[in-house]
Amino acid sequence: MKILTGNDLKTGEVIWWDGTGWSRHVDDAVDVGERGDVILAREDAERRVNSGYSIEASKDDSGVRPAHIKDRVRALGPTSVLT
Amino acid sequence: MYLYDSYDQAMVDARVEEFRDQAQRRLEGRITEEQFRPLRLMNGLYLQLHAYMLRVAIPYGTLNSRQMHMLADIADKYDRGYGHFTTRQNIQYNWIKLEETADLLADLASVEMHAIQTSGNCIRNISSDHFAGAAADELIDPRPYAELLRQWSSFHPEFSFLPRKFKIAVIASDTDRAAMRLHDIGIQIVKNDDGELGAVFYVGGGMGRTPMIAPLIREFVPLDQLVTYSEACLRVYNRYGRRDNKYKARIKILVHELGKEEYTRQVEEEFQNLLDQGVEPPLAELERLRPYFADPEFTDGPKSVDRSDPEFALWAARNTHRHKHDSYVSAVISLKPVAGIPGDASSEQMHLMADLAKEYSFDEMRVMHTQNIVLPHVKIADLHALWTRLEAAGLGAPNLDTIEDIIACPGLDYCSLANARSIPLAQRLSQRFAEKGRTEELGELKLKISGCINACGHHHAGHIGILGVDKKGTENYQLLLGGSEAEDTSMGKITGRGFDEDGVIDAVEKVTDIYLDKREDGERFLDTYRRIGMDPFKEALYD
Repeated sequence: MKILTGNDLKTGEVIWWDGTGWSRHVDDAVDVGERGDVILAREDAERRVNSGYSIEASKDDSGVRPAHIKDRVRALGPTSVLT
Repeated sequence: MYLYDSYDQAMVDARVEEFRDQAQRRLEGRITEEQFRPLRLMNGLYLQLHAYMLRVAIPYGTLNSRQMHMLADIADKYDRGYGHFTTRQNIQYNWIKLEETADLLADLASVEMHAIQTSGNCIRNISSDHFAGAAADELIDPRPYAELLRQWSSFHPEFSFLPRKFKIAVIASDTDRAAMRLHDIGIQIVKNDDGELGAVFYVGGGMGRTPMIAPLIREFVPLDQLVTYSEACLRVYNRYGRRDNKYKARIKILVHELGKEEYTRQVEEEFQNLLDQGVEPPLAELERLRPYFADPEFTDGPKSVDRSDPEFALWAARNTHRHKHDSYVSAVISLKPVAGIPGDASSEQMHLMADLAKEYSFDEMRVMHTQNIVLPHVKIADLHALWTRLEAAGLGAPNLDTIEDIIACPGLDYCSLANARSIPLAQRLSQRFAEKGRTEELGELKLKISGCINACGHHHAGHIGILGVDKKGTENYQLLLGGSEAEDTSMGKITGRGFDEDGVIDAVEKVTDIYLDKREDGERFLDTYRRIGMDPFKEALYD
């Protein structure tokens, strides 16, 4: 499946296209098929996403899993943070 | 340390308001991201994997407690309670909001700090010896000259759009603690046979995808021509540096392609032209700067300390450096606790370091390019009290220059350029060696990890270096041996095929096993490697 991601313009937070808007949770991401460029152009123009792009992902019972490790890290956050 | 005059403050304040307007226009959609990106980068604001990241300049790594307290407050107010000290002696915040950035910059400006020229193709933060002004082995304090170059390079109209970024280091001792020859320009202040002070210029060094050690360009530039000669070096680069290919745009490529002799000839020609043009700041400006770097009022005291507590004795032996006044030492606060994140400090730790600097080090700190913090002037008599406070706060790791003192870039946990994670690797490696109790036995061993070929983690210059690469969408790690960023500068060589995360940790241990087996009396890891070469290590790794 193809899903859309980017960053929130104001806060920089990682966001995922859920079919009607942008979610903070990767599991809300939906397959956009070939409509990615059209959606991104519209959402960028409306300043609802910054630096959006389309990625490959898969979905199973555990949720949505981006294909590339870079996007998996974006989805889950840093694997180690100062405590 | 240098304090802003009214001109400095006015420039920085004006820049904050300029950025406030630019950010507002972006948020309102009056400019596009493509238009805004170079503007935010000029103010150190990147868009990274998870959020905006702000890189704050700490000139030659020097800061006072008021500034460190503000860095801590910023971590709490605008970030998630921590910051990351970098290999360029700066600090980065990882969770910044665009809508709050102008307010953050205004808070920074209130303590004479900014994020200007921490990104973009301009002259970046000038770096220097973290023991400058304190080290027993330095000729003079290089910081007045670093400050002169900082002022010259700030907002320099001719050098605001260079072919690529540009980094300058200034030192004044034969021991290189600033990776000087791995900079675009490396400057060492020396004394000639007539007793005059001058500067040796090395030009065209760097790490990244094409690592090069800067060749010697000129053996002696009189110090009253330092800025003019720097201008000549930059001017030739700005004229002929490649702008058609980002990967060939650094000055090291120009010097390499022209050849050192031809580049030098052109610099000398430009230098002669510039000498008559009044580029050099008046001597009075240097004299104005010098008192800011005057010695604090050192007082005599005990020259040694009771080392009967073995834990304190180990820390004192490992984490202090000889001072020019024999009643003082420079003390290093390690930001590398076992299994910790190299260079990260919480706001509480920053506040504590600021308080300790005020109490024990004449209100001064330094950021090391190895991602630790120095208290440059600690009275030997106060050393145990200082250590006790550090130890109680988890900042007393006795591991300077050991295998636990790992340099690591933010890697794929934060950086949009990275191919692999650096931080978890550093954590596991420090834990592995600490648990085995081998850190002291291994002695000086500099381990450096980069998450991509851009080499922010200085992997080329590690006695042992690790480079993270992308192998068909998974993390893979190449191992390098034999690098050094000290005065015996060398570039590490790749051992062979890469490893996965578990594999590279085991590989580092095998490499240290070979070292312990083969070393002769007094040899560091690097010395043994240079004596026996790569083959014994390769045999252990791949046979």
